[in-house]
Amino acid sequence: MTPTHSLPRARAQAGRRSLSGFLERALPRLVVAPSLAVALFFVYGYMLWTFILSLTKSRMLPQYDFAGFAQYARLFADERWHVAATNLVVFGGLFVVICLVLGLVLAILLDQRIRQEGALRTIYLYPMALSLIVTGVVWRWLLNPGLGIQAMVRGWGFEGFDFGWLVDPDMAIYTLVIAAVWQASGFVMALFLAGLRSIDDSLFKAAALDGASLPRIYWRIVLPCLRPVVFSAVMILSHIAIKSFDLVMALTGGGPGYATDLPATYMYVHTFTRGQIGLGSASAIMMLCGVLAILIPYLYSELRGRKHG
Amino acid sequence: MADMIRRRTPGARLLRAGLYALLIVAALVYLMPLVVMILTSLKPLDEIRAGGLLTLPQEITFEPWIKAWSEACTGMRCEGLSGYFVNSIRIVVPAVAISTLIGAINGYALTKWRFRGSELVFAMLLFGCFVPFQVVLMPMARTLGWLGLASSVSGLVLVHVVYGIAFTTLFFRNYYVSVPDEMIAAAKLDGAGFFRIFWRILLPVSGPIITVSVIWQFTQIWNDFLFGVAFAGFDSQPVTVALNNLVNTSTGVKEYNVDMAAAMIAALPTLVVYVLAGKYFVRGLTAGSVKG
Amino acid sequence: MSALAIRNLYKTFGSTDVLKDISLAIDSGEFLILVGPSGCGKSTLMNAIAGLEPVTAGEILIGGEEVTWHTPAERDIAMVFQSYALYPSMTVRQNIAFGLEMRKVPKVDRERAVERVADLLQISALLDRKPSQLSGGQRQRVAMGRALAREPQIYLFDEPLSNLDAKLRVEMRTEIKKLHQRLGTTIVYVTHDQIEAMTLADRIAVMRDGRILQLGTPDEVYNDPADMFVAGFMGSPSMNFIHAALEGNPGDYRLRIDTQAGQGALTLPWPGERETPEMARCVGETVILGLRPEHFSEEDARLGDQAEGTLFEATTTVVEPTGADTLLQVSLGETEATVRLGPKSRLVAGERVALRIDMSRAVLFEEDSERRLA
Repeated sequence: MTPTHSLPRARAQAGRRSLSGFLERALPRLVVAPSLAVALFFVYGYMLWTFILSLTKSRMLPQYDFAGFAQYARLFADERWHVAATNLVVFGGLFVVICLVLGLVLAILLDQRIRQEGALRTIYLYPMALSLIVTGVVWRWLLNPGLGIQAMVRGWGFEGFDFGWLVDPDMAIYTLVIAAVWQASGFVMALFLAGLRSIDDSLFKAAALDGASLPRIYWRIVLPCLRPVVFSAVMILSHIAIKSFDLVMALTGGGPGYATDLPATYMYVHTFTRGQIGLGSASAIMMLCGVLAILIPYLYSELRGRKHG
Repeated sequence: MADMIRRRTPGARLLRAGLYALLIVAALVYLMPLVVMILTSLKPLDEIRAGGLLTLPQEITFEPWIKAWSEACTGMRCEGLSGYFVNSIRIVVPAVAISTLIGAINGYALTKWRFRGSELVFAMLLFGCFVPFQVVLMPMARTLGWLGLASSVSGLVLVHVVYGIAFTTLFFRNYYVSVPDEMIAAAKLDGAGFFRIFWRILLPVSGPIITVSVIWQFTQIWNDFLFGVAFAGFDSQPVTVALNNLVNTSTGVKEYNVDMAAAMIAALPTLVVYVLAGKYFVRGLTAGSVKG
Repeated sequence: MSALAIRNLYKTFGSTDVLKDISLAIDSGEFLILVGPSGCGKSTLMNAIAGLEPVTAGEILIGGEEVTWHTPAERDIAMVFQSYALYPSMTVRQNIAFGLEMRKVPKVDRERAVERVADLLQISALLDRKPSQLSGGQRQRVAMGRALAREPQIYLFDEPLSNLDAKLRVEMRTEIKKLHQRLGTTIVYVTHDQIEAMTLADRIAVMRDGRILQLGTPDEVYNDPADMFVAGFMGSPSMNFIHAALEGNPGDYRLRIDTQAGQGALTLPWPGERETPEMARCVGETVILGLRPEHFSEEDARLGDQAEGTLFEATTTVVEPTGADTLLQVSLGETEATVRLGPKSRLVAGERVALRIDMSRAVLFEEDSERRLA
C-alpha cells in the first residue's frame, strides 16, 4: 500500500525546501556529537589502547613490540596478583553483603515512623560525602593499636582486648571492609528507604487487614518489592569495590607487605612506580572484564524487565 | 509505611524503646570517627599519647589546624595544605561548571529532540559511568603529555570533565524525560528554536537537577584521588593527594593531631555541602541507580 | 482556495502504517473534528499538520502554500494541548505573549494582543499569575489565549477538554463554539468524545486504523453512516445491530428476524424509497439491520391506525431511567436492543412492552464487509 517510491523524493525536498528545517533536524545531532566523540576517544578508544598495551612488552614507556598474551601469562603467574584478586573477592563479598544487610535493617528500622528520622538519616549517610582518603586516614588512626580503639578499650579495663588487625597480614584486609562499610552502608540505607517509601501504602493496609504481623509483612510483601533496589545496590557496591584504590592507599598502603593489595593498587603500582606498563595494562583489562561480568547481566535483566512491563 | 492503629501494650512500648535505643547506638557508631577526628585535632600531642580516644581535650588548641593549613610537610615541602586546597578549588570550579552545562544540553537534546540512534548514543555515553578508571590511566597520561597539559590544573579539569559528562548527562536526561513533550511542541509552534527553548523554557525549571548535578560533581571531583595522584604535578596536586602525602610523611615525630586537622580540612567542603543540601546529595546518589 | 489541504498523506513507523492515504481539505472558517478510538491515528495526523512529526509521503498545504517539510515555527499554526503545556516558569501574560515575542512582534503590539485575548476569555485578573496557581479550567483558558493571541491561519485543538471535569467540559464546549462563531477561525479539533464531535463540528472525519472512514457533516455521519464502525461509534447509547434475513424482491423487500425459539419470527417491510440496487445481491442472506435507540417508540393506543412503523411486542430485561428519558433493554432476535423512550414511561423489568420501529430511518449493512448496503 505504502508508495515507497515517493520516499526519496520527499527526503530530497526536505533539504531544498527549508534551510532552517534542515538546521533544526541537524542541530540536536551536532550538539551531542562532541560528547559522543569524547566518549568514543576517551572511553572506548582508551579501552582499546590499554588492551593493545597489554599485548606489548612495554615497561617504563609504552612501546609496541607485541608479545601476544605473555603479559597475561605473567599476571596469572604472579603471586601478588593472586593475593590482589583473592583480596578483592573477600573484600568485595563482605563489603557488599554487610552493606546490604546493615542498610536494609537501618532502612526498615527508620521506616517505623521515627521521630527525628531526618537527623538520624543525615548521620548514617554523612560518611558518603567524605573522600575515601579522609576515611582511610581516620580509620588508620582509630585502628592504630598503640593509641586507637584497642588502647581505648584496654584503658577501660579489658586488658585482653586485641584489635591489632591493621598490622596483622591475615586480618588487615578486614580493616578495609570496616572502613568501607562505614562509608557506604548509609548510602545503601538511603536506597532502601527510597524503595520502601515508593511502596504503595495500601499494600500495608491490605496485609494488616489480612491479619499479617509486621515482620511477616516485611518478609513476604515488602522484601520482594525491593528486589530491583537490591540489584542496583549490589551493582553500585561491587563497582565501588572493584575501583577501590583511594581507601587502600590511605588506610594500609597495600600493606603489611602486599597483604591488602587490590587489583586497583596492583595496576597503579606496576604501571606508574614499577615500570611494568604492559603488566599493569593487562591487570587493568582484567578489572574491566570484572566490571563487565557484573554489568552485562544487570543491563540484560534491566532491559528485559523494561520490555515486559 | 502506613499510619495505622498500633497496640499500646507495655510489650509494644518496650519494643519501641528498644527500636530507638538501637537507632541511637547505630548513630553513635557512625558519628564516632568524626568525633574522634575533631577531638584529636584539638588536643596537644602529649594528651593524645596519654591515650583516651574519646576523652574531651583538657586544653583546647588550634595549633594543629594552623600547622596543617600552613606548615605541615607533604613530602618534600612543608607549606601545609593551603596551596593544595586552592588547587582543588581551581580544579573543581571549572570542571563542575563545564560538565554540568554539557550534561544539561546533552540531556535536553537526547530527550526532547530524539533522532535516529539517540538512544544508542545515550547508552554509549552511559558506559562512561561504569568504566574502571584504571583502564584509561595510561592512555590519558600519554594524551595529556601530547596536549602539553601534563601535571597541570587544566589537564585535571579536562579529565574530570571528560569522565563527568556521563553522570551529568544521565542526571539531566532522567530529569528532562519527565518534562512533558507537549511543552516543547508548544514552544516550537510558538516559533522558538533549539537553543531558545532550552534557555527560555527548560532551564528555568531545571533548578533542582542543576543542584543535584553540581553537588554530585563537586563531591566526586573534590574527593578524587586517583586522577590527582596519577596526573598532577607538584604544583597542581589536589588536597586529597596532599593529605595522603602529609599523613605518610615520616620525618620527625608523628603528629596525629595535625593529621586529623588536615583530614578535617580536606573533608570540610563536602561535609558542609552535604549538611546544607543533603536532600540533593541523596538524589544524586540514587538517580543513577533507581531510575537509570 | 482551502485553508488546509492534505493530499495522500502516509506515515509509517517501522512496518506499521499509522496514516494511510489521508486526503482532506477544509475551508477557511470551518470547524473540522477528527474523531476515532485511541490509536486510530488522529493525534498523529494532528502532529503531522503541526509539523511536529515528519510524514513518510504526501503533501500538506496551508493557505495554498506547500508546508510538508516546514518546521512548526514556519507554519502559521497554533495548538491547544490536552495537558495545556503552559510554560511553568512564565506568568500567564508571558505565556500568551511568548509566541509573539518569538516572531519579533513589538512590545506594544504584544501587550495589546494580550489584553485582547484576556478580555475575550475573561482571564484579565489572572495575567500575573503562574500556571501552578491556576485551576484546571483557568489553565485551559490560558492555553486557548496563547493560541488566540497569535491569530494564526489554523488552530489545532488536541483533546483540549479531556482533562476537565464533566460540568466544566460542557461549559468550555459551549465557549469554544461561541468563540468559533464570533471569530470565524479555522479549527482542526481532535477528540474521542463523539458528543463533542456532534455539537462542535461543521464536518467530522471519523478515523480508524490510520484511515478516514467517513468525512461529512454531523448529520451525515450520524444518520447516513458509511459503515458499521462509523454507525456504532457515533451516538450514545450506540446503534443496535440486529442480524436479519433479507427476503423478497426489488419493490418489496422484507427483513425477517428470528426471535427466541417457538415465538415465531418478526418481519419488517423495508421502505421502498430507501431501496438500493446492491440489495438484490443479498437476498436470501443474512444482513445487519442498524436501528438507533430513538428509532423505537412506545405504542400509543390513541393514534390507532395512524401510527407509523411496524408494531411488535418484546420483553424488557432492564429499565434505566436517566431523568431526561428512559432506556430499555429488550430482546430482539438473538440480541438485546437498547430502546430510548420518553421520561414518563413507567415500565418495570420483565414486563411485556408494545413497541413501534421507525423503519424509514433504519440502515442496512452487509454482514461480512460491514459496509453500508442501504
